Amino acid sequence: MARISLRVNNRAKVVNTDPTTPLLYVLRNDLELHGPRFGCGLGQCGACTVILEGNAVRSCSVPVSAAENRSITTLEGLGTLEHPHPLQAAFIEEQAAQCAYCMNGMIMTAKVLLDKNPHPSDDQIKQALNGNLCRCGSHLRVIRAVKRAASVKA
Amino acid sequence: MNSKISRRQVLKGTGALVIGFNIFGSASEVFAQLGPGPDRAGDLQATSLDSWIAIGRDGGVTVFSSKVDLGTGVETALGQIVADELDVPFNRVKMVTGDTTKAVDQGITAGSRTIELAGPQLRHAAAAARQELLKLASEKLSAPVSQLTVTDGVVSVMGNGKRVSYAALLGGKKFNVTIPATGNGWGLKLAPDVAVKDPKDYKIVGKKQDRVDLPPKFTAQFTYVQDVRVPGMLHGRVVRPPTVVSKPASIDEESIKDIPGIVKVVREDSFVGVVAETEWAAIQAAKALKVTWTTPETKMPANAEAVYDYLKNTKAFAQRPGMAPRGDVDAGLAKASKTYEQTYRWPFQMHGMLAPSAAIADVQGNKATVWAPSQGIFDTRTRVAKLLGVPEDNVVVLYREASGCYGRLGTDDAAEDAVVMSRAVGKPVRVQWMRGDEHGWEPKGPAQLLTVRAAFDSSGKVTTWDFLDHSFPWTEANGIPLVTSRQVGLKGQGQGQPNGTGGGGETYQFDNQRIVAAAIPWVQPDPTPLRTSPLRAPGDLARMFASESFMDELAASQNADPVQFRLRYASNNNRATDALTAVARLANWQARPAPAPVSAGSVAAGRGVAVSARSNTVVAVTAEVEVDKTSGEVTVKRVCVAHDCGLIINPDGLKNQIEGNVIQGTSRAIMEEVKFDSSGIKNLDWASYPILRYEKIPQIEIQLIDRPEMPALGGGEPSIGPVPAAIANAIFDATGARLREAPFTPERVLRAMREGVTTTQRA
Repeated sequence: MARISLRVNNRAKVVNTDPTTPLLYVLRNDLELHGPRFGCGLGQCGACTVILEGNAVRSCSVPVSAAENRSITTLEGLGTLEHPHPLQAAFIEEQAAQCAYCMNGMIMTAKVLLDKNPHPSDDQIKQALNGNLCRCGSHLRVIRAVKRAASVKA
Repeated sequence: MNSKISRRQVLKGTGALVIGFNIFGSASEVFAQLGPGPDRAGDLQATSLDSWIAIGRDGGVTVFSSKVDLGTGVETALGQIVADELDVPFNRVKMVTGDTTKAVDQGITAGSRTIELAGPQLRHAAAAARQELLKLASEKLSAPVSQLTVTDGVVSVMGNGKRVSYAALLGGKKFNVTIPATGNGWGLKLAPDVAVKDPKDYKIVGKKQDRVDLPPKFTAQFTYVQDVRVPGMLHGRVVRPPTVVSKPASIDEESIKDIPGIVKVVREDSFVGVVAETEWAAIQAAKALKVTWTTPETKMPANAEAVYDYLKNTKAFAQRPGMAPRGDVDAGLAKASKTYEQTYRWPFQMHGMLAPSAAIADVQGNKATVWAPSQGIFDTRTRVAKLLGVPEDNVVVLYREASGCYGRLGTDDAAEDAVVMSRAVGKPVRVQWMRGDEHGWEPKGPAQLLTVRAAFDSSGKVTTWDFLDHSFPWTEANGIPLVTSRQVGLKGQGQGQPNGTGGGGETYQFDNQRIVAAAIPWVQPDPTPLRTSPLRAPGDLARMFASESFMDELAASQNADPVQFRLRYASNNNRATDALTAVARLANWQARPAPAPVSAGSVAAGRGVAVSARSNTVVAVTAEVEVDKTSGEVTVKRVCVAHDCGLIINPDGLKNQIEGNVIQGTSRAIMEEVKFDSSGIKNLDWASYPILRYEKIPQIEIQLIDRPEMPALGGGEPSIGPVPAAIANAIFDATGARLREAPFTPERVLRAMREGVTTTQRA
């Protein structure tokens, strides 16, 4: 066990945990966050995506020790029901989900895309999201939502 | 739309306090917050109006339903129906769903039947409530009911301006009204004689309604079953055997002694699981635990060929007609001037839920509470009660949503795992399957082998149609114990449930017509990881792939345009004719026979069509594909859909479902196949069981055919059925190669192109 300091959604957090624990379980169980979700534990589906120092990473495959003293943003850190982030608002506007279990990964990956490329083409959006699986088939709505968010932010 | 949604507004929906439990809290919290509102104890009779609807002190409406939202938006649509009938704004209605202590059993949420069957149940309950409220208003306002109107939950007397709100009439009190009720589950009929609104007066039904669950989901405020945390909860993981009857010959607990926080290795008969204080410890321990299993007596089939041979050569235990037979098929075939026959194959496929199965159970003595994503909370209650050997009333099942399940969570395995492990440690246990558990042990959609025969007369008219589906049943159906129950000794019974019947060509009318779905006994005496259960539109994709490919083969043999050829035999079927005509227009379909003229270049393009019906919903689909002539890779570029499910409740929600059906159907058509050998399942992750990704998502265009004069029918499944057939027909159009086995992988497409398998003349 080790005491590990994290910066999650702009707040300092200290957890006492096995340092090999994947970041996902620390965020979900120790810090009680619902944004990042377990889908495969293999880095294959993207449901667990968080932003670590500006990059979209699969939190199921990053040991918490690798995130020590680094800045982590989860879906909770974007916006709230009362004040949704433009991406969250765009996803609502486009009704871009069915079960929405994968949508944490879609929104967080899109956030990093838009931070780096504020006006992506359809192909760039598809390319950025290609590693994120959606079984319900909400892909076209997600693409529309990301485009809407890009136009709002412009 | 202003998408800034204040939490206060959400809470205000039913007067600050009555809120849907599966968004913000448990149903008991709802009632705690209701304060002196209706006490529902003893009300859970279908004949008590209070079992269905409560009017809060502020006029907010709470609806109690055993139906659950599986991520399809049905909770929103049912809310629209009630709001419409009661004449209250949509946001004043809150659905309390999926709690065995709060709801009358309306049957499992499945089969695209919720809008069709539970919709009228709730509409009639709402109409009975409205009738009672109008009666109260009539007394209060001293005016006959015929002079009353309702707007936004306020009753007014026409002409004199006197008014009273639902809240003032009843808020916080019970109806204490008995309503007639007959039947149960799907067949429950409530207040059948109560006057309901004329469809032309619908104000909320038929309009786009944003889903209530999506804002909390997009902002991480939603509680999926995976997010449920119970005080004192431990974490469990399963360690699965090669087959359910393999027993652990030895368990080496030393193998996990270095992992901190292990609470217990749970062994019960052939069930093995690990319970730990932390999730990570449970994961590591389940992986590291050394278990030697007895050699299974039952082996998996060696390969797909062995399965298809078995399906072909084994006598059915049930033969179910897809329609009442017409004419004399055998005579029709005997006197034909030409006959054709083809065989089609459909593989085992996965539900592939994005979230592996999860549940939480708290077993205390002879009582249990289970938080589970089951499609049938009462079925899960029955299974858990049987597993624990306690009365059903001792078990509470609380629905919590998981990821989309497509039929998988009619078989709620994780709930049983959690129950067994919680009983073993005396504390609440949360079980989460790992990806390999899910891919390995999820019950698969059954493999199917389909044979179709047809006869032409000398004028070139199809006179005879003979369709036979050989399908495995669902081994995991109601009344049959699931994996864990069997591991702890409960015996299976019966042959399982047949894999549906529709989609074998009922759309058309031929002089002699026979459509039969034969259920072939399961291939093994004991369950293996190749167990089966309903997979979205069960059996339909295969049957429609066979029947609609075969129709295409017949059209090609006559050099006929595929749409025109179909219309010829669907002339007595107005809805199919309308759907075909609509989709042809949407797709700008130009009449000509298939295949298309051979193109120069490395890519061949083609278009295909298919039409069929499921549960009385009619769907016509066109697909446009590109086939790489060198690699055989198929890309579906555009899919058009004409969709007729009667009266439409929420057009955008319906379109969302159709888009999902097209994408999942495309994935299943061109990519998905469970691989196995006699030792087990070979695709245990997403790399070995790939599904469609953004790079291959087709453009989708949808035309909804609204029929307000008809009942509302289902939209969750029907449009996935014809998609594979339309794609296969488009591949034929592009290449002249006929695909008769799914999925249409590059290897199969290349082989078909090489072998020049074209039309039925070769049959």
